[in-house]
Amino acid sequence: MSEPHIETPEWEDETARRPVDEPIPADPVAGTVPAQRAPSDGQALLEVDNLSLRFGGVLALDRVSFSLREGEIFGLIGPNGAGKTTCFNALTGVYKPSGGEIRFRGQVVTGRKKHQITAMGIARTFQNIRLFPEMTALENVMVGADARHKTSVISALFRLPRHWREEREGREKSMELLRFVGIDHRAGEVSRNLSYGEQRRLEIARALATEPTLLCLDEPAAGFNPAEKDSLLKLIRAIRERGITVLLIEHDMRLVMGVCDRLVVLEFGKKIAEGVPAEVRDDPRVVAAYLGVPADAA
Amino acid sequence: MTTVQTILRWRGPDGGVRGWFGRQPRLVRWTLLAAIAAGAYALPYVGEVPVIGPQIVTEGVDWRTALFNISYFVLLALGLNVVVGFAGLLDLGYVGFFAVGAYTVALLASPNSDFKTNWPWLATVPVAIVITMISGVLLGWPTLRLRGDYLAIVTLGFAEIIRIFAENTTLLRGDRGFSGIPHPPGKHADGTPIFGVRDAGPYYWLGVSLIIVIVLAIRNLDRSRVGRSWLAIREDEDAAAIMGVRTFKYKLWAFAIGACVGGLGGVMFAGQNGFMNSASFQIQFSVLILAGVVMGGSGNIAGAILGGALISYIPDRLRGVEIAGQDAFQYRFLMFGIAIILIMIFRPQGLIPSRRRAMELKDRAKEVAPQ
Repeated sequence: MSEPHIETPEWEDETARRPVDEPIPADPVAGTVPAQRAPSDGQALLEVDNLSLRFGGVLALDRVSFSLREGEIFGLIGPNGAGKTTCFNALTGVYKPSGGEIRFRGQVVTGRKKHQITAMGIARTFQNIRLFPEMTALENVMVGADARHKTSVISALFRLPRHWREEREGREKSMELLRFVGIDHRAGEVSRNLSYGEQRRLEIARALATEPTLLCLDEPAAGFNPAEKDSLLKLIRAIRERGITVLLIEHDMRLVMGVCDRLVVLEFGKKIAEGVPAEVRDDPRVVAAYLGVPADAA
Repeated sequence: MTTVQTILRWRGPDGGVRGWFGRQPRLVRWTLLAAIAAGAYALPYVGEVPVIGPQIVTEGVDWRTALFNISYFVLLALGLNVVVGFAGLLDLGYVGFFAVGAYTVALLASPNSDFKTNWPWLATVPVAIVITMISGVLLGWPTLRLRGDYLAIVTLGFAEIIRIFAENTTLLRGDRGFSGIPHPPGKHADGTPIFGVRDAGPYYWLGVSLIIVIVLAIRNLDRSRVGRSWLAIREDEDAAAIMGVRTFKYKLWAFAIGACVGGLGGVMFAGQNGFMNSASFQIQFSVLILAGVVMGGSGNIAGAILGGALISYIPDRLRGVEIAGQDAFQYRFLMFGIAIILIMIFRPQGLIPSRRRAMELKDRAKEVAPQ
């Protein structure tokens, strides 16, 4: 074998990688999301075009380009400090890129305000969980649902019909999303009291409540045990079945290889590989980035 | 939707009076609140209650005037609570809005005013509300991009600008001030005005009525999308923005609503006093109101009411009281300082805290001193 040795990766097992016979979970919230689209129907949903981001002397992202097709699950991987989360932050308006452009459904994203980007249909979760700790799980999701509401301060003040209608709809939608991610029994609990795994799921529910077309998950499986990772994998697939495109940052190779349709690999802010999991996995640069270059090859 | 219904009824694991109150059926709660409101209206007569009555009424100050003072302090505390307690924006210059409200009335209604409009008091009220809201937006527009301490300093500057402006411009008449500001309208059957010079009772009742309206309004906002947005901004502003909350807009609304309520306090003050000058709007006033909100329980409407009432009542109650041959009133600030220190040590979340704020404080304490 000329290629470097990789310790029997679990994703080598083809059945674990793509269990085609696994039944697709029924969509509990049919009708509240845009009509389901066939996965990978080929249209570019998000285009990241020569994106650069500089912090002082550090070039955190160096002319990174990739594009997401509607309905796919797209992985963004790379070693620590590769610029994955920076990429998310540029995408969701937290950072202003130093160069390049991000387009979502043909519209320019870069330079817009955070809430405008949410309104365009991009939602995200955070690597270090950032819920509203003293709000209940249900209230957290309702904040997300409010992104699609139109109740003004005046109609809230005078309790006009729109206030009542949107409060009711928002609450029902939020409960359904909590059920979808599997924590509806904790709806009334203050979110700081939820377990770590429940908090991760709650973040996903909150992001889904903003009715995104693109959901960006920033290391959703961090700190999960294998069983939890499996159920997360199912959840991500179920999200895609609702017609939502997923952009996933993840360290866990088995999860990434098992769930993603395509991948981009970043290292030191540069794109070093792109393609379907099988290609990326065998790419020598990716192997080198993750495992180091063998001494004799240098 | 039974799950939803149970959650709606869920009000947290609070024990004590508030936990009990939250568990009562809607009818019981409203009846109790109505009883408390009725009690507030009856307060001017509390002196006639045997034994405890004379302990409550102020000795050195006319009791009804003291009650009126309480009413506009409570109004101010309610308004500041929206800014500080709900939205989490530290405003140290709240007296600025109080001044804008009072000066609007004075300029439009006082015979001393250069405008010579001599409007009746009631006609100035809507104008004062609009102008204070505009002043809140004008202050908030450039400054609400700042956070925390920076915002506090800018608001402090705002209040000082208003005061110094009032001191030094001929239009606002400095410390000569405005006199002859008309009182609210209304006459008794015998032709004497309801809102006169001697009896402060009617002003107090007007104040209580205003407070009830404001409390209902603020409560409606708090339990809606608006209150949720404020809470989200307070807990994690960046996460809130990414979840689609229009943070700037809601912070601006908090400022405008706080300013409007503070302005109403100023309108009441001007209408009762009949006279005001630039000395009425010292910076200590802002600090006092803030102390009231924090002492009472920031983020909680009942807490703000209690805090606002106490900061006005305690000094008035001390007036004319002798302790060990000394006039207790002279030591009011010392006592205040001690009281605030004690409350901050033993009950930092305030006398009637907001459940959420209490937990946030605990979290922050942990950040400062990790176990």
